[in-house]
Amino acid sequence: MIDVWEGILQAFRLVYSLDRDLFEIVLLSLYVTLSAVIVASLIGLPLGAWLAVNRFRFRRATIALLNALMGLPPVVVGLIVYILFSRSGPFGVFGLLFTPTAMIIAQVIIITPLIASIAHQAIRDLWAEYHDLLISLTTSKKQRMKTLIWDARRSLLTASLAGFGRAIGEVGAIMIVGGNIDHVTRVLTTAIALETGKGDFALALGLGFILIGLAIAVNMAIHVLSKTERGGQW
Amino acid sequence: MTTILPLVLENVTVRKRDKTILKDISLNFAPVGFTIVMGPNGSGKTTLLRLMHGLERPRGGSVKWSSSEREARPQQAFVFQTPVMMRRSVIDNIAYPQIAHGVSRATSSSKAADWADNVGLAHVKSIEATNLSGGERQKLAIARALINQPELVFLDEPTTNLDGKSTREIEGILQKAFNGGTRIIMTTHDIGQAKRLATDVVFINRGELCEHSPAEEFFGATQSSAARAYLNGDIVE
Repeated sequence: MIDVWEGILQAFRLVYSLDRDLFEIVLLSLYVTLSAVIVASLIGLPLGAWLAVNRFRFRRATIALLNALMGLPPVVVGLIVYILFSRSGPFGVFGLLFTPTAMIIAQVIIITPLIASIAHQAIRDLWAEYHDLLISLTTSKKQRMKTLIWDARRSLLTASLAGFGRAIGEVGAIMIVGGNIDHVTRVLTTAIALETGKGDFALALGLGFILIGLAIAVNMAIHVLSKTERGGQW
Repeated sequence: MTTILPLVLENVTVRKRDKTILKDISLNFAPVGFTIVMGPNGSGKTTLLRLMHGLERPRGGSVKWSSSEREARPQQAFVFQTPVMMRRSVIDNIAYPQIAHGVSRATSSSKAADWADNVGLAHVKSIEATNLSGGERQKLAIARALINQPELVFLDEPTTNLDGKSTREIEGILQKAFNGGTRIIMTTHDIGQAKRLATDVVFINRGELCEHSPAEEFFGATQSSAARAYLNGDIVE
């Protein structure tokens, strides 16, 4: 049985030796995940705010659907994106299959409902508190959404970080649409899957620890930069 | 500038979940005055203010401004019993109505700083509004209501749960606004406060209008038995 300790040593060895392949994989992982988080946040955060502020027919059904989509199976998303972007698919002409762009698209589809749903819940609570004030001040719907998004920024950051957490650890969809091609679409999770398949558990575990460390580092960096934990701040 | 006053309520009825909150109320608010709305808990004071401000819709009757409702709305402000503290600094809270009405950030911030000074919040203007005490929150809410220089301000029990010092300070701010030409309609349970501030008093009980009279008349020779009992500290039935 592989020793966890051996995995930790392997992780240190990889980082210490400044392995070029490792840094390429880490950078691609960050590029794909952060791009997906930014795009999904640009869609999900205003969508969450819009759902919180507006009343329309089938609103409840829409929110229920959004919540249900949080549990989208990544493999199914990967398969659908694969079919859409394969040569015979409707978007095959763009030639995006087995590129980082296709991986970003798959991750955006997976994490947008998660970000939108958490954003909706945070903004709905704030809207309940602000409702009378913003109506009293004769603000437009656009102003209300802008105000709510700004004032709920700390909760919305959590929504985006939840999306980041899901995307950085995702393997099923990006394996299908990216193909795990060395120096092209190989990211940490697909590399771990590959090394596990080859039986190199120590290397797989080492990459796993680097992945965990990376996720923690990005979360902490965002928290520090946005000053979420400062006394009396939001 | 178009004036939105007088404000006239004609036979207004408000119902919520099959319960009548206000019944057949007719009132006339002159362009100048400091009206105090009094009555026991659950009498409909808050609903009356919310109705006039457009936050409630009447089931029957009408609320008429001397201008159109569309013109009247931006000329009013409302201070809620529990002030809403937006998740931003004191100065940004006060500046918000200016920014919402398209005033530049620089101008609105400078005006908000003046208002923070006027209401005694200059020393806390940069801190987050949720960190303020109860009295400071009310001062902030009043500054935020007054920054756009509305013609009419509604205040719903602005000094409830405040100590004597904070109450006196808020009364001072309101008196100054009134002297500056702002029309004020305010609810309170504090009879002493009503005597100090009111030019006229509206008394309602169980959703019905009992009395609307000049302050001197109301406190000198109250007509309705409910108002008399209320002023004597008796339980109002």
